Amino acid sequence: MSMNAGRLLEIRNVGKTYGTGAKATHAIADVSFGVDDRELVCVVGPSGCGKTTLLKCVGGLLRPTTGQVLLRGQPVTAPPEEMALVFQEYGRSLMPWSSVRNNVLLPLRHKRLGRQERKALVEEALDAVGLTRFIDHYPWQLSGGMQQRVAIARALAYQPSILLMDEPFASVDAQTRGDLEDLVLRVREEFAVTILFVTHDIDESVYLSDRVVVLTHAPTDVKEMIDVELPFPRDQIATKELPEFTHLRGHVYRLIRREQVEPEEQLATATAATKGDGE
Amino acid sequence: MNRRAYHSAAIAAEIAVPLGILALWQWWTVQAADPKFPRLSTILVQFRELWLFSQFELHVVPSLTRIALGFGIAVVLGIVLGIPLGLSRWARIVAMPHIEWWRAMPPPALLPISIVLLHSIGNRQKVSFIAFFCLFPILLNTIDGVRGIDPATIETARSYGIRGLERIRRIVLPAALPQIFAGMRTSLSLAVIVMVLTEYFSSTSGVGYVLLISKNMFQLAPMWAAIVLIGLLGYLLNLLLVLVERRVLAWHRGWRAAAAQ
Repeated sequence: MSMNAGRLLEIRNVGKTYGTGAKATHAIADVSFGVDDRELVCVVGPSGCGKTTLLKCVGGLLRPTTGQVLLRGQPVTAPPEEMALVFQEYGRSLMPWSSVRNNVLLPLRHKRLGRQERKALVEEALDAVGLTRFIDHYPWQLSGGMQQRVAIARALAYQPSILLMDEPFASVDAQTRGDLEDLVLRVREEFAVTILFVTHDIDESVYLSDRVVVLTHAPTDVKEMIDVELPFPRDQIATKELPEFTHLRGHVYRLIRREQVEPEEQLATATAATKGDGE
Repeated sequence: MNRRAYHSAAIAAEIAVPLGILALWQWWTVQAADPKFPRLSTILVQFRELWLFSQFELHVVPSLTRIALGFGIAVVLGIVLGIPLGLSRWARIVAMPHIEWWRAMPPPALLPISIVLLHSIGNRQKVSFIAFFCLFPILLNTIDGVRGIDPATIETARSYGIRGLERIRRIVLPAALPQIFAGMRTSLSLAVIVMVLTEYFSSTSGVGYVLLISKNMFQLAPMWAAIVLIGLLGYLLNLLLVLVERRVLAWHRGWRAAAAQ
């Protein structure tokens, strides 16, 4: 995994600071990694480590303060047509005034496509997520998991080469989450997409990915990159029973727990020091 | 109570209460025998004679036309101006003090100048007068509605490269529409007020004009009949708008009900 320029997506020394001067918040210090074509990379990190900020920088929704994101060697400055983003808040990213069909159609309207082509893309995408029957429903008539499937269908119909997913399953129940994870693995094959998947769920990151990128707490950099060599096709029960899965899961867990403990310890030490001064 | 029984009871109450009030009115005017308060039956006879047949085309149609034109212009202008103002902070900084200043103006204060500037008799003065005062509730609600759009919605549009007019048509306008309708309802009742006002002071036709003539001739039954008509117009116009809103914003009611669960 060398950092050569031939990668599909390259995050190169990306840093993001909000505000200036004394009020500045250093969200991301220096993050670098690459994603190859057809790869599924999960980004995990302690809560509040700027995972979403990083993903928005990759997707061209935010400008990094330092460094750059390269897509096929070209810097990303605005949301590229080659990328589609699936947000965590499906309830807010789907348009409540449009049917499922029109929600999926929405980003296709300005693409140079024929009427039939558009229709076919919408139907194919909804078929892939198993929602054909609900094409004329409104999103708010569907359950949370189904709404997120609509959002995934919308992203797939857009025909991206890269799917960016920002904690997409954080607000659905465990059973649905498992189904949706398997859906992601399936559409990845069916639609031949590269996926960059941000999550705070360690099991999810190991289960899904070819590679896990573990981030530190803010200001964020890359703690470790771990290749996941679990066999495909993956299975919610069988894969998670493999010793290799348990080992990887434990490893990522330790890395992140250390990250979460450290700032608290620093705080504890600081508080102790203040008390010491008072005596 | 099951749903059907509940609905029947609700409709019955909606009809029974006004009928009761009318019965009370009739009873009171009969026993009071005060010329300032003619009997309801006399008023209703007047009402039928004046509005349902002879004078409908002469006075009701012009009033309704003025409301329709003035209100229609206000809706178009309010949305067309409100969307850019809602989207741009700079546009708001520049425009808001002026909007607030004109909005605070009571309609009678501008009536004399509008008669001078736009010639007293013509329809132009009345329509523009109605449009002017109907504009502000729609404009301010459009601005608020656009500003209140969920940032996640805007971000979704941006990530999919939905820009310009398409963004306004597919995202901004539908998202702001519930609040635009709220503004339209305020404006519509204002339209009736302003219609009566302008017709009362500078007209040769319309419901407000009939009110003026009846008052000047001390004909109290036609005056009361005009008052009943004006109330009825306001009520029916609002009902019409509510029905349109229910159709256009059916998604909004469903969505809110789903969110409340």
